[in-house]
Amino acid sequence: MTSKSKWLSAPYALWSVIFIIIPLGMILYYGLTDKTGAFTLDNIIAITTAGHAKALRLSVLLSLVSTLICFLLAYPLAMILANTKTNKHHFIILIFILPMWMNFLLRTLAWQTLLEKNGVINSVLTFLNLPNLKIINTPAAIVLGMVYNFLPFMILPLYNALAKIDKNVINAAHDLGAGSVYTFIRIILPLSVPGIISGITMVFVPALTTFVISALLGGSKLLLIGDVIEQEFTRTSNWHLGSGLSIVLMIFIVINMIASAIFDKDGEGSML
Amino acid sequence: MIGRSFVVRKGLPDMKKRTLCPIYILILVLTFMLTGCASSDNGANGQVIVYNWGEYIDPETLDMFEEETGIKVVYDEYETNESMYPKVESGAVAYDIACPSDYMISRMIQNGMLAEINYNNIPNAKANIGAQYYEQSKGFDPENKYSVPYCWGTVGILYNQTMVDEPITSWAQLWDEKYADNILMQDSVRDAFMVAEKLNGFSMNTLDTDELHVVMNSLIEQKPLVQAYVVDQVRDKMIGEEAAIGVIYSGEAIYTQQENSNLVYAIPEEGTNVWIDSWVILKNAPNKENAEKFINFMCRSDIALMNFEYITYSTPNTAARELIEDEAIRNSEIAFPDLSQYDNLETFVYLGEEGDTLYNELWKEVKAY
Amino acid sequence: MKIAAKKIYIALIVLFLYAPIGTLMVLSFNASKTRAKWGGFTFKWYIDLFHNEEILGALLNTLLIAFLSALAATVIGTIASIAMNGMKRRTKSVMMGITNIPMLNAEIVTGISLMLLYISLGLKFGIGTILLSHITFNIPYVILSVMPRMKQLNPSTYEAALDLGASHVTAFYKVVLPDLLPGILSGFLMAFTMSLDDFIITHFTKGVGVDTLSTKIYTEVKKGIKPEMYALSTLIFVTVLILLVLVNRSPEKRTRKYES
Repeated sequence: MTSKSKWLSAPYALWSVIFIIIPLGMILYYGLTDKTGAFTLDNIIAITTAGHAKALRLSVLLSLVSTLICFLLAYPLAMILANTKTNKHHFIILIFILPMWMNFLLRTLAWQTLLEKNGVINSVLTFLNLPNLKIINTPAAIVLGMVYNFLPFMILPLYNALAKIDKNVINAAHDLGAGSVYTFIRIILPLSVPGIISGITMVFVPALTTFVISALLGGSKLLLIGDVIEQEFTRTSNWHLGSGLSIVLMIFIVINMIASAIFDKDGEGSML
Repeated sequence: MIGRSFVVRKGLPDMKKRTLCPIYILILVLTFMLTGCASSDNGANGQVIVYNWGEYIDPETLDMFEEETGIKVVYDEYETNESMYPKVESGAVAYDIACPSDYMISRMIQNGMLAEINYNNIPNAKANIGAQYYEQSKGFDPENKYSVPYCWGTVGILYNQTMVDEPITSWAQLWDEKYADNILMQDSVRDAFMVAEKLNGFSMNTLDTDELHVVMNSLIEQKPLVQAYVVDQVRDKMIGEEAAIGVIYSGEAIYTQQENSNLVYAIPEEGTNVWIDSWVILKNAPNKENAEKFINFMCRSDIALMNFEYITYSTPNTAARELIEDEAIRNSEIAFPDLSQYDNLETFVYLGEEGDTLYNELWKEVKAY
Repeated sequence: MKIAAKKIYIALIVLFLYAPIGTLMVLSFNASKTRAKWGGFTFKWYIDLFHNEEILGALLNTLLIAFLSALAATVIGTIASIAMNGMKRRTKSVMMGITNIPMLNAEIVTGISLMLLYISLGLKFGIGTILLSHITFNIPYVILSVMPRMKQLNPSTYEAALDLGASHVTAFYKVVLPDLLPGILSGFLMAFTMSLDDFIITHFTKGVGVDTLSTKIYTEVKKGIKPEMYALSTLIFVTVLILLVLVNRSPEKRTRKYES
């Protein structure tokens, strides 16, 4: 690092110290103390109690399933889009960002309207004499909500990574006699790894900490770790426990940092 | 690689000095300007800062207050007692008035967050509000020193008469397997526990560990039958006939019946929760006098009537009730039930920090089960 | 056949993403106040909307906060990207790690921790504090979209400009900035979008009487979402959609001409 680029990075460094590091330190402080201010690890160990551990397991499971579904849906889509000859890359990106201009809560409520027993989808199915859909208030509905809300965060980095692949490389592989499957496995997939890592992170971590989705679509019948943290902060006012549990969740952020450091050395799997 | 860092090394520093610094300064100045100048336009007679439940007042009454008194109302809203508490406690904003529920009022009294009310400056509070509501308030505000009742109600069962075989009159019917997947429970600790506590014949303020474990097991037993734990969604889901039975606040019952005439509200025979939301003045209120004027205004019969008609929650303002033109509503069993007919009615009290923790732990076990 | 299959696939995903939005649009014409019942067609909510000062005020706040925070985040984020690009690998990964924190941390934790910060700094809660918070969680989106562009920069063009006598500033504006611009624009857009949609962080860092659309919607949940909100969302959405189509039509034509 040169002294000049240090100078240039100073404003952001200062900003992140004040608005990211210090607040984080406050959460650490709360998480590692009890109500009297004495040091304790109880708030961290609390993750092992039956209820919390179950909530964490369930959250990890649902987030993994959602991430996998997002990946399976988004990869083919990103490939199709990346291969479309167009100069409308921004337009394509916007199509997937635009739904976020409708408020998150309204969008999720709309899914409730769609999925409910007497909801829109079931009315259509009944009209067509088809059997009704019964997924509202089940884990399936939560997964659907997560996939819906976080799918754009998977599509965009994948699309970016795939669009950047030099078409000549692929053509060269074909010329050298590689079949489509072989080209995909040996060339396209490895070159899109940064996008994949970025997409997985951008879906998995928010899914892990969400709470509105499980309340609105899951009928609050399943307790997710995000619900627990939210309740400790807003309903039971136990900020110490809430902070302690958040610190546990930060482990996943650290894992992500390591993963991106290994697989995405140049930050190529970006969102946009 | 070399070339790239060269760009940075060689090129940008000058530019930074000349162009970027002003931009930074601009941002900082702008931000702090905005931080500084928030809400500086007071009314002729100052302002009053009110923290109330969302959608819990007729906005027109606020305009009328401003016009009549020249006091500007700065109005803010919250969704739950529990989300209100830390914001008031943290002192991030110095509010004048809040409208918490019974048990939260006793918590705030215990923690010395409330100011004593001077009734001499709020004549309407004694004149218009029924004595029985002050009596009832003594459960959480023993000397009626801190709170002026604003709304009250019961918690009961709302059921769809076309979807059940018999009238629903008891909490026990929420444990009946024939209504599996047709029951909506409240998604908050105290409300959910209240149902099971009354079912088992306990007090809804019990701190007896054995009793609470019985209650927890009842709730776990009920869980497979419950379609969803909801808070405000009960209303829409019952109107849309998503479920046959729901636990609901009486204030919502009138509205839901207007939207769907199949719905019936009942106060269960085992008893239930009678709750009160009251105006309180906060200890650090910067505008105490204006706060008194505001409460006095809200206690005026015509204003209380406007609010009742807007939010449909029962008003303790007996003078306002007499002004209701529609006889059916004035004598409505839902809006103004004769509480002497029912046994085992109770009001929540604050359980203390340990009690709260115990309830929350048990509720988490129910939810995680 | 294969092309048809691809098109169907894209259409299905787009349908999935836009189904709830269509639902909200339909609800904005629903005469019944409740979401659960269709009460006939009406324009009433659109008319009411324009008389509802609270909602319009919240809209103004929302747009103001989104614009200013996105703008500030874009400036800070772009400079940070340029600076980080010249850093050593390890310093850079540490910076990137820190950058990721606000994006990945549970929103409620970010919100509460910022609230604690402002209290300890003695700041007055208001639009300013919301703005600071939004800038904070917007910066990562800008950095993440500018950084890759930074990498694709061809340093020789910049040097060439210097050799040809351009000053550093001119060279930056004429050569580097145009290359970065797409990244900067998408970063700005993403930041704007995230700011629009945020509720939790805003809730904990807002001052009294300052509402954004999100905080308004969340407090409305208690008594049911007002249909005016559906109407407003529909209007916002349609406006953006039209703008988008218009913007994307013209440059495409121009490029085609250019290509032929």
